Amino acid sequence: MAKRIDVSGLTAYYGSHKAIEDISMTVEPRSVTAFIGPSGCGKSTFLRTLNRMHEVTPGGRVEGKVMLDSEDLYGAGVDPVSVRREVGMVFQRPNPFPTMSIFDNVAAGLRLNGNYKKSQLNDIVEKSLKGANLWNEVKDRLNKPGSGLSGGQQQRLCIARAIAVEPKVLLMDEPCSALDPISTLAIEDLIGELKERFTIVIVTHNMQQAARVSDRTAFFNLAAVGQPGRLIEIDDTERIFSNPSVQATEDYISGRFG
Amino acid sequence: MDTTTQHNDAAPPLTPTGPGAHKRATRGATRPGDRIFLGLSRGSGILLLVIMAAIAVFLTYRAALAINKDDGNFLTTFEWNTGLLPPQFGIAVLAFGTVVSSIVAMALAVPVAVGIALFLTHYAPRKLSGPIAYVIDLLAAVPSIVYGLWGALVLVPHLNGLYGWLDDYFGWTGILSWQGGAPRSLLTVGILLAIMILPIITNVSREVFRQVPQMHEEAALALGATRWEVIRMSVLPFGRSGVISASMLGLGRALGETMAVATVLSPTFDIKASLLDPGGGTFAQNIASKFNEATEFGQDALIASGLVLFVITLLVNGAARMIINRRKEYSGANA
Repeated sequence: MAKRIDVSGLTAYYGSHKAIEDISMTVEPRSVTAFIGPSGCGKSTFLRTLNRMHEVTPGGRVEGKVMLDSEDLYGAGVDPVSVRREVGMVFQRPNPFPTMSIFDNVAAGLRLNGNYKKSQLNDIVEKSLKGANLWNEVKDRLNKPGSGLSGGQQQRLCIARAIAVEPKVLLMDEPCSALDPISTLAIEDLIGELKERFTIVIVTHNMQQAARVSDRTAFFNLAAVGQPGRLIEIDDTERIFSNPSVQATEDYISGRFG
Repeated sequence: MDTTTQHNDAAPPLTPTGPGAHKRATRGATRPGDRIFLGLSRGSGILLLVIMAAIAVFLTYRAALAINKDDGNFLTTFEWNTGLLPPQFGIAVLAFGTVVSSIVAMALAVPVAVGIALFLTHYAPRKLSGPIAYVIDLLAAVPSIVYGLWGALVLVPHLNGLYGWLDDYFGWTGILSWQGGAPRSLLTVGILLAIMILPIITNVSREVFRQVPQMHEEAALALGATRWEVIRMSVLPFGRSGVISASMLGLGRALGETMAVATVLSPTFDIKASLLDPGGGTFAQNIASKFNEATEFGQDALIASGLVLFVITLLVNGAARMIINRRKEYSGANA
């Protein structure tokens, strides 16, 4: 179910501005990979190239190759819509559909994908909400709007929505940056459970978080403002946080970074 | 923090009296700029209420004069004979014509306007959407008499084909049958009104669709939604109340439109079974065509019909507000 991501020589542009340059990495299935680095270094941009969300931005385009197992995401004739059905995404700010109930939010992706019987939908919604550790909190108010939940609950609702369609990969763009510490902990626990089933890539500004949740960590940086972001190194999280092979990584992690 | 921002009448004890000391103690509220602006804004607010009240009083008073002397039932009579003794007049035909032509206009204009707005915000390349939006603004700037002339000289002579087609395929419904009269009917009025209210509905809808938060659209995109599915899941629900408001603005214009209707319609004082039969009338058209030659009593009667239009507009707006409020808990963008 979970798939391996293999990126080679990926460069992404906003119009004529080169945002990230020549990034290559492999993400193993059923693992958590964290992207860290200073603001503007292209972590989020790179994340968004993995489900072809980058090209939604006007002027956004990509060179290079992203393989999902044996499938080239940027191959000729590949429909970005079907890519996004395989590679789910959770955003920085919780974004449940404000006009939909909790149930409809989780079922939204399923309804896009095909015809499900009501009983099937019920089962999948329950399973997804349980998978997102939200079921017990919302099971009595599935027909209430999702926007009435707390921020942390909304974010878990978004995770439930993303995993309901059984994606191969789950991308998370700073999923906890708008949440309080307790909600953050709930999401981090959840990530630990979800990696049994999905390949997870998470962008975070919180280095403790990267150390807590991830198996591998990638450090991104840019030479100067206006320069494209680059992948400095990617390694086992333990190694990155104890004995990184590049000096810049150590400077960033230990807070000595300009 | 300075706590002396209340008004002067609550003068605290222990402060020296006299105008100068007083002034200093209440400085926050009495800076000339603040006072002038407070006066201006409060005055504008009050002025609005006074004008509305004056209109309502004027309409009700003159209307009451006429309705008291009406020998027929003001609401159900199919006549407008203010010169008779006793006078007989009623608004049934006008209310029917106004409401029906506006419904036709809304049914034609709202879907097209929403379509144009979606095209401009979500489909058209930027190079194209600017000029198109400009042309639509121009449409809104055309005076209504010009629409009326165009309707009478261009639209009416070219509608025979459409009328024949409607009669062939939908004549059996009764409301779309055609006897072959000149197409100066409520349907034609509705078509013309639809063109006239298209720009305002389009513009307001476009603004609303443009304000859909990026994160709502990305939520749908990330689930693997196509462009149309993004519109259905994120854009339309978010824009719903805005589109309703836009439609109400258009409906308000359609209900009150005068010159264009008067130019196109051949007014009669009866209700035709078919939308395609020439005849009928609307409140505004009836007032415009009769007011100049009316006696004072005739004017009172026309004002009474104007009052009914006023009430219909109020009801429509109230209904729209109810629709917007009904699903309020769903409409909030999250914090």
